[in-house]
Amino acid sequence: MLTVQGVHLWRGDRHVLRGVSFDGGAGKCVLLTGKNGAGKTTLIRAIAGLLDPEEGQVFWRGTPARSRRDEFHAELAYLGHEPPLKGDLSARENLKYSIGIRRAVTTAEIDAALTRTGAITFADRAVRMLSAGQRRRVALAGVVLSNAVLWLLDEPTTNLDADGQQLVRDLISEHLARAGLVVAAVHHSLPLPAEQLITLELGPS
Amino acid sequence: MFFMIVATLFPLTLTPEMSRLRDAAPGVLWIGALLSSLLALEFLFRDDAVDGTLEQFALSGQSLTWMLFAKTCTHWLLTGLPLALTAPIAAAALGVSFEAMGGVVASLLLGSFAMSLVGAIGAGLTLGARRGGVLLSLLTLPLAVPILIFGARATQLAIGGGDIAPPMYLLGAIAVLGLTLAPLAAAAAVRIGLE
Amino acid sequence: MATWTWFHRLASPPHVYAFARRWTPWFGGFAALAMVIALYGGLVLAPEDYQQKDAFRMVYVHAPTAWLSLMIYTTMAIAAAVGLIWRMKVAHAAAAACAPIGAWFTVGALGTGMLWGKPMWGAYWVWDPRLTSELVLLFLYFGYMGLRAGIEDPVKADKASAMLAVVGVINVPIIKFSVEWWNSLHQTATVMQLGKPKMNGDMLWPLLLMLLGFLLYFIAVLLIRLRAELLRRERNASWVREVLT
Repeated sequence: MLTVQGVHLWRGDRHVLRGVSFDGGAGKCVLLTGKNGAGKTTLIRAIAGLLDPEEGQVFWRGTPARSRRDEFHAELAYLGHEPPLKGDLSARENLKYSIGIRRAVTTAEIDAALTRTGAITFADRAVRMLSAGQRRRVALAGVVLSNAVLWLLDEPTTNLDADGQQLVRDLISEHLARAGLVVAAVHHSLPLPAEQLITLELGPS
Repeated sequence: MFFMIVATLFPLTLTPEMSRLRDAAPGVLWIGALLSSLLALEFLFRDDAVDGTLEQFALSGQSLTWMLFAKTCTHWLLTGLPLALTAPIAAAALGVSFEAMGGVVASLLLGSFAMSLVGAIGAGLTLGARRGGVLLSLLTLPLAVPILIFGARATQLAIGGGDIAPPMYLLGAIAVLGLTLAPLAAAAAVRIGLE
Repeated sequence: MATWTWFHRLASPPHVYAFARRWTPWFGGFAALAMVIALYGGLVLAPEDYQQKDAFRMVYVHAPTAWLSLMIYTTMAIAAAVGLIWRMKVAHAAAAACAPIGAWFTVGALGTGMLWGKPMWGAYWVWDPRLTSELVLLFLYFGYMGLRAGIEDPVKADKASAMLAVVGVINVPIIKFSVEWWNSLHQTATVMQLGKPKMNGDMLWPLLLMLLGFLLYFIAVLLIRLRAELLRRERNASWVREVLT
């Protein structure tokens, strides 16, 4: 479904991505590993279309992602380093608006997602007052709620306790079981069956 | 608020003579409007860029153009509209007669709206740039000049009792041009700014 | 096929660099020649203007600088657009190289205009449409250069300033036609209009030659700046190492 072909990207002087290629099909999880600064975030942002590679292309379902950008984005959920939440709104309100611009979403669905990620207990507090780990749980609920096929996760377990890390693994497994595709930048490997994993090590070769 | 301060400072520094003030009124009102607008534009996208929600807009699969247009409109409703509606107070302090108020408000309404539309482009381009606020003012100024020229002319005619239709039409034309092109340019600018 | 090779060469930094290096002396030389002849023609040979006497001779510097300030901005905007649409690094480099030159020409136009304004209108400066919009053009140049300087990432700086250049190009027709649209103290077009130019032939040829001279000068300086710009951008590439040894 997702094909990355020969992507080169420079950030200023640094040749960050050197001809990255991979093929990700339904039910697969592509793990991006590498040291800090190896280009994991850069690659994820390039796939999402936030960055323009100098060379190479990203294909989604056979067509170049850039040529059908809005349709590609409609099937994609991106979670970066910082959970994209507005501090003054509550978790519920945040999800209502951020998912609401993508598709019609009911309160029941929002509650279900928040319960799944263990964020229901603080769902009505202003996000500003939540801890980093709590915010991440809310953001993960957003990813689940988006009904996206492709999940782009940049270090999804940041700030999460052991329970939270298990939650991320479970969510990914469930998503793969639904024939979804996950591209995740991680520091440690994920315990998933080998046939579901594609590991890509980034960094100067 | 800023607008009020500017409007009251001018009589203090220039001259308390009413007739002279009235002559200067269009300039004072419009410069005040421009400066307030520039200050406010800094915040159009900044908060959303910082907490990551602007990125999510760009990735939502929905038209970024329309979303930014909506943002710009709400921004104007909170900054430009109050400015235009409270302008009569400042104008009165500068010796403008009651009959002219309608024209003054109308020209400022249209002008501030056009300014917000055009300013959104600069706001997108300067996301993440050093000294973004100063840069934004420098970028928006040349693009805002036509608005300033026609708007001030319209206000001047209104105060002088003349027919404000010609400059208002031109101002309206700029606003319509801005309406059709600026949100597209702003969306492109924001995508560049997010890189 | 041939056009593609040419286009490909245009986009390749080493080729453009070599081209620039080879042709700069020619452009510079001809520029100097044209300017010298034109100056002689304008200052010595051309007869006095019946209204302004000798003061009109300022046109030989003022008009070309003003035309060029507009032309350079347009060139910059076109290069920027090419860079954005076809993603050519050389186009972005060319746009960046144009900006300071254009800014200086604008300063020149404003300055010579002020010096001319004093004998003509009795004032160094008037807030009329053409002068004001030329000043605005200067701010556009500053804005472009400021934006480039303010953004850290070079690719992002290229794209953002390119967008600004393209959006700002709307100012160029405003300046050009400002003297026709509004009542202005500034003279209306005497040369660049349909039909015969209004200016006397003896006065006209030095002006056109001077314009050519300035144009060649601009190209020469642009090529020099472009070379420096390409070297800086491609400093890690192998062709740069070869060129510099």
